[in-house]
Amino acid sequence: MGPLVPDIVSPNLNYIVALIVGILFGAILEQAGFSSSKKLVGLFYGYDFTVLRVFFTAGIVAMIGVMAFNYFGLLDVSLIFINPLYIWSAIIGGLIMGLGFVIGGFCPGTSVCAAAIGKIDAMIFIGGAFLGVLIFAEGYPLFEGLYKAAYYGNPTVPETLGISQNLFAFLMVIMAVSAFIVTKMIEDKVNGISSKPFTPLPYFMSVGIIGILVAVVSFSFTDRKTNLLSMVEDKNIVSNYPIDKMSVDEFAFNLLKYDEISTVQYIDFRPDSLRKQLNFPNTHPFTVDDLFTKEPNKLLTLLDKQNIFIAQDELTAKKMAIIATELGYKRIRILEGGVQNFVEQILNYTPIENPKTVDEKNVNRFRIEAKATLPELLKEFQPKEEVKKEKKRVLGGC
Amino acid sequence: MENNKYMNPYLAGFFLGLLLLATIYITGRGLGASGAIKSATIAAVQTVTPEHTNNTKFYKEYSSEHSGNPLMNWLVFEVVGVLIGAFLSGLVSNRLGFVLEKGPHTKTKIRVAGALIGGILWGIGSQLGRGCTSGAALSGLAVMSTGGILTMFAIFAGAYAFAYFFRKMWI
Repeated sequence: MGPLVPDIVSPNLNYIVALIVGILFGAILEQAGFSSSKKLVGLFYGYDFTVLRVFFTAGIVAMIGVMAFNYFGLLDVSLIFINPLYIWSAIIGGLIMGLGFVIGGFCPGTSVCAAAIGKIDAMIFIGGAFLGVLIFAEGYPLFEGLYKAAYYGNPTVPETLGISQNLFAFLMVIMAVSAFIVTKMIEDKVNGISSKPFTPLPYFMSVGIIGILVAVVSFSFTDRKTNLLSMVEDKNIVSNYPIDKMSVDEFAFNLLKYDEISTVQYIDFRPDSLRKQLNFPNTHPFTVDDLFTKEPNKLLTLLDKQNIFIAQDELTAKKMAIIATELGYKRIRILEGGVQNFVEQILNYTPIENPKTVDEKNVNRFRIEAKATLPELLKEFQPKEEVKKEKKRVLGGC
Repeated sequence: MENNKYMNPYLAGFFLGLLLLATIYITGRGLGASGAIKSATIAAVQTVTPEHTNNTKFYKEYSSEHSGNPLMNWLVFEVVGVLIGAFLSGLVSNRLGFVLEKGPHTKTKIRVAGALIGGILWGIGSQLGRGCTSGAALSGLAVMSTGGILTMFAIFAGAYAFAYFFRKMWI
């Protein structure tokens, strides 16, 4: 599950990744023509809208890609960097940058591109940018108030506007496609290309059709978590969903032999209060949210371990097991009847008075012994103060 | 010297989008550029006048949040890559050459001044805005960040608002 940093990709490897990403970035930008100031400012004077086409296409492809990866559980979006919101410095900084664009003809990324192929105006621009940072640094006391004003954390636009992610993606696609069509018309007009009645039509139609497809696609990657949570509230689905069970006897047996049996781990969904009273070996406390995040996910993918979901009652465990199964996790079973059943049938076992069948005799014998041994044994596993692992977002930004 | 065999912009945008997606998947962050210039500036000042950096608020704040050499920074490595990648692309497409590009009616002096001033404005603006078009706007769009998208709109608004006054430099 992504992001691969910092576990699968170490911080040092991350630098190599940065280098490779940069090489591809620079190559794509240069191939698109972003190494020419005249081409770049064409966006603002109507004669060349390349920047808009590349920019919006890239942004939307990546946006829908992130939504899709989130949907398929490939990326934990709660860990990725989301630019912080400081309202005033964003607006004023942006306006200054816009002014800088039409005076200087570049932005930092494109200036590096252009300088790399020998553009002297880009090299001067980069020199200016250094000076600008220096001015900001030295004049920091003047800027600081504005720089830190109106901080609102790291919200996403759907959160800020109170709409769904899918609706936002859809609107962005509509906006981009409209922009592509309108700017094509403007560009042709500015460049004096008389549009023959039929030549632009295929262009507009293909842009339009692809745009509609993409917009529709943006609705298919709905928030997995909300879907699954409402799925398990449907009693019919839950009762008909096949989940394997572990009997309380097998559970008790595994507990008695906990130091010999290493192929089982218990995923415990009970609240802290209940776990403090009664806890088990080889157990990991989980909440329903943990099923969707990266760190806990690693426990569920251990190939040599069976995942036994336990909760106070069987229904809760079954709901969690259904969600986990839908997310693709395997080797899942639930404790039959839940921990309350275990307490009733084993820890508080009332022996059968006159066992007649072999089964009854065996159950009696086993449970009487379990009842005698387990309580002392389980006392050892009182949960220590769990160090709550702080989920840290990736540090990013400029 | 203009070689107009540029890649189709939608195709380039598609590739760029995939690259951005891969970057987010692997590293959890998006692309950027202005941060590298910031790092380089800080590193230069630290080397030339270390006492100054100990006395000035901006550098002190930076050091308290980042330990180690400012050049050991994701964006610095990325921008070095951009230099390499753009160079190779220019080499392959025969676009290498020392050129001072300017509008058809612009004197060289004006263009030089413009590039310098534009750069200075971006240096200040990108620090205030916590990013440039790559870091705040493009990457912000990919993760739907309100801050990034707000900055994006401000950049475009500013450029369009001021474009008229500088049209003589370009057309």
